[in-house]
Amino acid sequence: MRTALRRYPVLIALCLAALFMVVPFLIVAVNAVKSPAEYSRNGPLGLPDGLYLDGLKDFWERVDYDRKLLNSVLISGSVAVLAVVLSVLNAYAIGIGRIRGRTWILAFFVLANMLPQEALVYPVYYLSKQAGLYDTRLSVIIVFTVIQAAFGTYLLSSVLSRFPREIIEAARIDGADKWQVLWRIVVPVSRPTLGVLLVFFFIWTWNEFLLPLVMLISNDNQTVSVALGVLQGQRLMDATMTNAAALLGVLPALVFFLVFQRTLTRGIAVGAVK
Amino acid sequence: MTVTVERGGRVTGKQDGAVHPRRARDSYALFLLPGAVAFLAVVIVPFLMNTGVSLTDWQGVGSPEWSGLANYRELLDDAEFWESFRHSLFMVVAMAALPTAVGLVLAAALFDYVGKHFGSRTAAVLRACFYLPQVLPIAVAGIVWSWILAPDDGSLNELLQAVGLGSWRQDWLGDPDLALWSVMGVMVWVQLGFPLVVFMAGLERVDPQLYEAAELDGAGWWRRFRHITVPQIRPEIYVVLTWCTIAALKVFGAVYVLTKGGPGGATNVPSYFSFTTFFEKTQVGYGAAISTVLTVIILALSVIGLRLQTRAEDAEEGARA
Repeated sequence: MRTALRRYPVLIALCLAALFMVVPFLIVAVNAVKSPAEYSRNGPLGLPDGLYLDGLKDFWERVDYDRKLLNSVLISGSVAVLAVVLSVLNAYAIGIGRIRGRTWILAFFVLANMLPQEALVYPVYYLSKQAGLYDTRLSVIIVFTVIQAAFGTYLLSSVLSRFPREIIEAARIDGADKWQVLWRIVVPVSRPTLGVLLVFFFIWTWNEFLLPLVMLISNDNQTVSVALGVLQGQRLMDATMTNAAALLGVLPALVFFLVFQRTLTRGIAVGAVK
Repeated sequence: MTVTVERGGRVTGKQDGAVHPRRARDSYALFLLPGAVAFLAVVIVPFLMNTGVSLTDWQGVGSPEWSGLANYRELLDDAEFWESFRHSLFMVVAMAALPTAVGLVLAAALFDYVGKHFGSRTAAVLRACFYLPQVLPIAVAGIVWSWILAPDDGSLNELLQAVGLGSWRQDWLGDPDLALWSVMGVMVWVQLGFPLVVFMAGLERVDPQLYEAAELDGAGWWRRFRHITVPQIRPEIYVVLTWCTIAALKVFGAVYVLTKGGPGGATNVPSYFSFTTFFEKTQVGYGAAISTVLTVIILALSVIGLRLQTRAEDAEEGARA
């Protein structure tokens, strides 16, 4: 009994801390549905009288938000798929093929993964201008496919190096060539890990800021993250607009979070050690 | 992750015949070809270009003029450069040291306390709350916090007013003495979920009998934390510290949306400094020098971090054997 009484303070303290983490989300949600009049009457902490959605609608139209969403989905989706394919090809050679010099090749991918984008951004900007790819979504897709594949190669190589060899041997004896072994055996067996990588790459690319900010200057090509960041940087939004922007930025993230939560936490466990 | 394999029907295909084992191994190199070409074009060539440009004087148009180490010499005397790196150290505290320490205690509390007494579901819900800011684009986190910390009708100031602490109202992001601390506070909020989730995942590996034995011996929560939790997940601690330190040195988006490096350079960081040098002042050679220095520091830290991690893992393997 005495322990039961002592237990609750810890739980309450943890709940309060968790609440502090979530409060900003709640404040945004509450204020995004207030009319400007309500806002100026009660300030940010008052509760809304009803659902006022015009602010959201105005903001949506003003920034052409469906276009931005489409760009983000297109770029993040393409990168996720392409980077997984590239990681699989690399990791197949390193983890299963065990090619010579693989330790150094792997070390290179680890370092490429750590390399700050600041050291690539100007040359990438310059080269894409030379190649006529500047301010295209394709340029961003290409760059992030490679950057994300660095991490994917590193992670998958260690997963595939523990792949049961006898399965591969058996398939080889059955007369399958390397290509068939890869697509019919290695990929289906590694599907859980590939799923995790797909989710990671999608969300990471969705959240990227520096390179898309530099590469995508026209409104028609911008992603959600860049469009909102630039608007915020201009300091031209009133409180209602700011909240609409914040809510529209938060919602996709919440959707990913709820849909992928299991995958994500499992994935972090995979990526954390080796 | 355990996987069960069902072998389908016979896979038919060309018979490779008896191949020389070494040749068979090398033919796998073909699978690396697309990756090699892509990395050459997107990582290696740009990186070498950047390093080359850092040894020149270049405005981004015309041809670069060779200047040797002049940019680096200039950096050493540049107060703004040193200032931005000093702010990086603050960011390391806010994004690596604090989240790791707090995350460790939280993970242990959720795993070894809440999970045991209130069920794993409660622990999972709390964990999700802490992890939530991690999935937010930094640009959006910046919008949310800029507005909460706004000087006139920001929620934080309104809240202080409401509880009778009106005299504490501040221009959180606009006051040069406060701005860096405010940005640090936001970064702790953003970063905390990552170490927590990694540590909780790591604790799943720990043999529950260790905790049971310790409890039977009458070890309290704190002693279990110090003698079981921390030593058992040491590899994860190194991974998280390395990863978060590097993230802290690269911080850009948060500074861009919260303060633009201001007021008066009070929150300038190397990444933002190189960005403005490249694209606003168009001193490309100088910007390249800044980012090259940043790269060297980050790669050195990565190597040290990886070293510590493998050593911790080897020690763990040794202890198990």
